[in-house]
Amino acid sequence: MSSSEEWTHPGPDAVPATGAAPTAEQVIAGLKATDEGGSDLVQLLTPEGERVQHPDFAVDVTAEELRGLYRDMVLVRRVDREANALQRKGELGLWAPLLGQEAAQVGAGRAMRARDMAFPSYREHGVAWCRGVPPTDLLSMFRGTDQCGWDPVEHRFHPYTIVIGNQVLNATGYAMGQRFDGAVGDDGGEATMAFFGDGATSQGDVHEGFVWAAVYDAPVVFFCQNNQWAISEPTERQSRLPLYQRARGYGFPGIRVDGNDVLATLAVTRWALDQCRTGNGPVLIEAFTYRMDAHTTSDDPSRYRLSDELELWKLKDPIERVKVHLVKQQWADQEFFDHVELEAEELGARLREHCSSLEAPPAERIFSQVYAEGSPVVDAQRAEFLSYHAGFLGGER
Amino acid sequence: MAAPTVDRADAGAPAAVQTLTIAKAINSGLRAAMEADPKVIVMGEDVGKLGGVFRITDGLQKDFGEQRVLDTPLAESGIVGTAVGLALRGYRPVCEIQFDGFIFPAFDQIVSQVAKLHYRTQGRLKLPIVIRVPYGGGIGAVEHHSESPEGYFAHTAGLKVVTCSNPADAHWMIQQAIACDDPVLFFEPKRRYYEKGQVDTTAAPGPLFASRVLREGTDVTIAAYGPVVRTALEAAAAAEEDGRSLAVVDLRSLSPLDLGPVYESVRRTGRLVVVSEAPGEASLASHIAAQVQQECFYSLQAPVLRVTGYDTPYPPAKLEEEFLPDLDRVLDAADRSMAW
Repeated sequence: MSSSEEWTHPGPDAVPATGAAPTAEQVIAGLKATDEGGSDLVQLLTPEGERVQHPDFAVDVTAEELRGLYRDMVLVRRVDREANALQRKGELGLWAPLLGQEAAQVGAGRAMRARDMAFPSYREHGVAWCRGVPPTDLLSMFRGTDQCGWDPVEHRFHPYTIVIGNQVLNATGYAMGQRFDGAVGDDGGEATMAFFGDGATSQGDVHEGFVWAAVYDAPVVFFCQNNQWAISEPTERQSRLPLYQRARGYGFPGIRVDGNDVLATLAVTRWALDQCRTGNGPVLIEAFTYRMDAHTTSDDPSRYRLSDELELWKLKDPIERVKVHLVKQQWADQEFFDHVELEAEELGARLREHCSSLEAPPAERIFSQVYAEGSPVVDAQRAEFLSYHAGFLGGER
Repeated sequence: MAAPTVDRADAGAPAAVQTLTIAKAINSGLRAAMEADPKVIVMGEDVGKLGGVFRITDGLQKDFGEQRVLDTPLAESGIVGTAVGLALRGYRPVCEIQFDGFIFPAFDQIVSQVAKLHYRTQGRLKLPIVIRVPYGGGIGAVEHHSESPEGYFAHTAGLKVVTCSNPADAHWMIQQAIACDDPVLFFEPKRRYYEKGQVDTTAAPGPLFASRVLREGTDVTIAAYGPVVRTALEAAAAAEEDGRSLAVVDLRSLSPLDLGPVYESVRRTGRLVVVSEAPGEASLASHIAAQVQQECFYSLQAPVLRVTGYDTPYPPAKLEEEFLPDLDRVLDAADRSMAW
């Protein structure tokens, strides 16, 4: 970004004059941009695996770093595919696939520092991976044996949030706390990331999060993964204009990045986090990507989208383009790819094994930790429950 | 008023006893909590420079600064939703919802996140958030300014719900709610804000989540909370003139409910009238009636009666005197109970 001032104080030409409705051409241009990514799309690695430059966002990665990002994406995809298969086998009650969004999540997740805090939606398996959450810990909520599965304080990765958009306000409040604590500055500053989808941008909580973050200069990066579909509702049902352009209305930068390009996502998110942690307030990133699979395993995308669209997006696969680039640069050989594949196989096997070992917790879990300071009402119900169970032979109903 | 602190004040009048309105008592309680813990922050619409529309937070921003008393944008979900994040960061936010009927935009955050995160994470996350709500009718206000939504929150596991009925409780209960590691909905009886009472700021308060017998009696037990506690006490005084003895229990805590003193009293009187401004259908009053018949079935000499708001939206202000439980309706219920 050439200048943060440009975003903080948009010039008179930045927005239409008061009362002037956008022309039909402008609206159509916006929708076209939604369809194709548009000319503002930040891209550093083309679908053909070619590096390109961007005047505002540069990133230097070593061969080793790029191999690491490739490995991350392959393993995250394997976690996702295994979990999806486990659901199909009846081992999980539900799964929210991330197929196609690996670059958006790994790019954003790897841009974060250990002290930063992440507030995910329910599809952020790749971000969880980058925050050090063991992939096995992702399964318990979907299997119904737990409702979080990881320690959100240790990993600085909040529990998955299912109510659309709630976490955006929670993240903003956390970021306000970072600012109040003086944890913002050039050295050792902290930031927060809020993850949500294109559908969530229609929720009031997301709007309120933008307002709060702007007026309190909260160090929060709003990371919208526009995967084109909110279950069966296309992005056009959420907005007349490209989503990143909304940021200007709140007075902070909005950037659209190729969410299938891990390098661009990494570069843009690093920049945004630095903006936040040095005290320049929030940033909105729209990661332009595509949900290759269903919304969840309960969904049937064949009812609402054309297979041509899927085929088109397969050509933009986030993993393949890095693989091609690694080969072209001679930064990786077949042995490396075979090794990553072997790791993925092993991870998949671990996940399957772990899943079947996840059993329902003891029944008393129903009554456990409803309150930090307890409740006589819950205590009495627990006692009644245990007494009822004790009435059966061997205490087993 | 039979609260112990008031009794002591009457007897010895120590220097720490002040005569305060409920409004001032909450203010002094908030101030004491903020002085005691720098992590306590007050946030809401107009709570800073204006001191809140009821002036409950008057003077706090001047003394504690804009970072501890936040005049927020006008969106209730935003107030509570950001309070969640602040709490996770180690703060103890005290949110003000300007009026009862305005809490619903925040309902999602309260029941979906505030109430559940501790349970979901099995105690790894704590949400020590207080949500203050001026509630109830009787001030001649327009729509959305007179409601009693406490039942929605008492119905939600993970939340605690309390309400005060006098200045001494107001002063102490707000401090105890803030000190509690659980999220607490703190309902303030707005039509009683400017009623005075004595507050001993040094006497150790009783437990927060406990009801209190304000008046012993032998004929009928009245269980009430918040703004109608005074109505119940007035009814008891009037009944006494007619030679009838009404016991009055101030429930104080609506979740968890402390019905022990109610059961004890009902075992003596054999009769119970529950008084609440909220509509009676599927309400706290209904729940109390069910609990008491379950626990005190053999002691009851009459069915438990309820005196509540009607099952209608809150009516135009010119009709609210008909809607709200008043002294006559409480006395009539006591008569019906006795006549059984």
